[in-house]
Amino acid sequence: MKSLTAQDCHQNIIEIDNVSFSYRNQKVLSDVNFAVKERDFVGIIGSNGAGKSTLMKMIVGLLPTEKGNINLFGQPIGKFKDWERIGYVPQKNNFNPLFPATVREVVLSGMYNNKSLFRRVSRAMQQQCDDALEVMRIQDIANKRIGELSGGQQQRAFLARALINHPDLLVLDEPTVGIDAQTQASFFELITHMHAHHHMTFLMVSHDLDMIEGYLGTTPKQKNGNIQFFVRHSHDLQNCDERNLEHSLSYS
Amino acid sequence: MPLEILFSDFFQRALVGGILIGLTAPLIGIFLVLRRLSMIGDTIAHVTIAGVALGFLIEVYPLGAGLVFAVLASFAIEKLRKAYKSYAELSIAIIMSGGVALASLFFTLGMGYNTDVMSYLFGSIYTLDTTDLYVVGGVTVIVVLVISLFFKEFFVLSFEEDAASVSGLPVKLLNMLITILTALVVSTAIKIVGALLVSALLTIPVAISLLIARSFKTSVILSVVFAETAVVIGLMVAGIWNLAPGATIVLLLIAMLVITMIGKKGLPN
Repeated sequence: MKSLTAQDCHQNIIEIDNVSFSYRNQKVLSDVNFAVKERDFVGIIGSNGAGKSTLMKMIVGLLPTEKGNINLFGQPIGKFKDWERIGYVPQKNNFNPLFPATVREVVLSGMYNNKSLFRRVSRAMQQQCDDALEVMRIQDIANKRIGELSGGQQQRAFLARALINHPDLLVLDEPTVGIDAQTQASFFELITHMHAHHHMTFLMVSHDLDMIEGYLGTTPKQKNGNIQFFVRHSHDLQNCDERNLEHSLSYS
Repeated sequence: MPLEILFSDFFQRALVGGILIGLTAPLIGIFLVLRRLSMIGDTIAHVTIAGVALGFLIEVYPLGAGLVFAVLASFAIEKLRKAYKSYAELSIAIIMSGGVALASLFFTLGMGYNTDVMSYLFGSIYTLDTTDLYVVGGVTVIVVLVISLFFKEFFVLSFEEDAASVSGLPVKLLNMLITILTALVVSTAIKIVGALLVSALLTIPVAISLLIARSFKTSVILSVVFAETAVVIGLMVAGIWNLAPGATIVLLLIAMLVITMIGKKGLPN
């Protein structure tokens, strides 16, 4: 059971302070400042080479911050240990399609983290996996090899893996690259629905805005070089009390 | 047919050693193949030979010297792999030629022991003595223990290294463990199949299982089953008909691969 106190209700989930990054003497990011608030849906949009992936990699700890600071849930990223609070959906082409792993094995692996070291896969973990498969409506393909699935099904499997720990923050890295337009549309429908109905913060990196502009609007909240930040705040919640009430209900 | 060979002491020792390697080689091999490091076994094997040659030269237990060289080589590969990130195979080429160069240097320095070194190049499972068996047994215990402790973490690491990092898993440590285990397995396996064929025992059982298995667990189990089948049958066939044991095992594995492919009617889709 997770609980929030009143002062948490406008908590910064991600704080980016004066972050710069250079790749072989070429500045990719320069003095980026941005804060992702609890329950926001943030889209980081930019063309190839704009530095959006670099920024995302720094946020999830895949790249060290050279200059500036990043805080996750109020802690400096170097000291952050609660990785199960972050769900991560990678680019589709990040894995080998011939890899011998079933959908179930992939989804279950979302629970293998720094806190599950030396622990066996328990019945409770299996149950949590079943739940995640069911939520994504992929339980009937649970025993198929992940590479045999369509792009859309694979993306649902990765989403199930990211959601299995009930994360507070979902990070999506170009989640629909290589997927046909119709599947993309239904994928966005799914995640925007989740944003509206679940207590979760979203951070999505994408090279095009087309699919998501209906949700995030066409005016960026902030620009930095070639990167644009689009934000949609949590929808209909008016005040802290209401937020807290909804949050405690969704986790009870 | 000289069936009595199967009951002789040296054959029994070979069988035990073979069965142990038949377990550890595919267990570590699956992580190497899935991470596209199939050639790493070959590289480490060549460096191990340099260690073995040095062992003979300075009269130190050759397999022990080989083992030390193997571990050093595996660290060097990791280091170079990072230095040439987008050309990872370069590290393999550099270390492999370095190993061969060192080995031939040691060969020429100690002309008298070439036949002994040859037995490590092509394998000499029949010369396994009790000390060797203890070393192979110790390595087997370590490999099985570490892999069962970190099985699920090694799975995530092989499937998607980024996801492993984002889960807060100690990726560097896990990578290092795989590297060390590889060195241990390769240096002990060369006594069985020889340095030139060690890659086969690491990769072919895995290659066969990839044709059939759907899940990760099944592919691990099948890889071990294929390796053990080839080792046991190969050793018996080689013993009875007086063939080179390492080569027989490897050819049997290749035959199994071909049969599976034909049975599957083509490559995996």
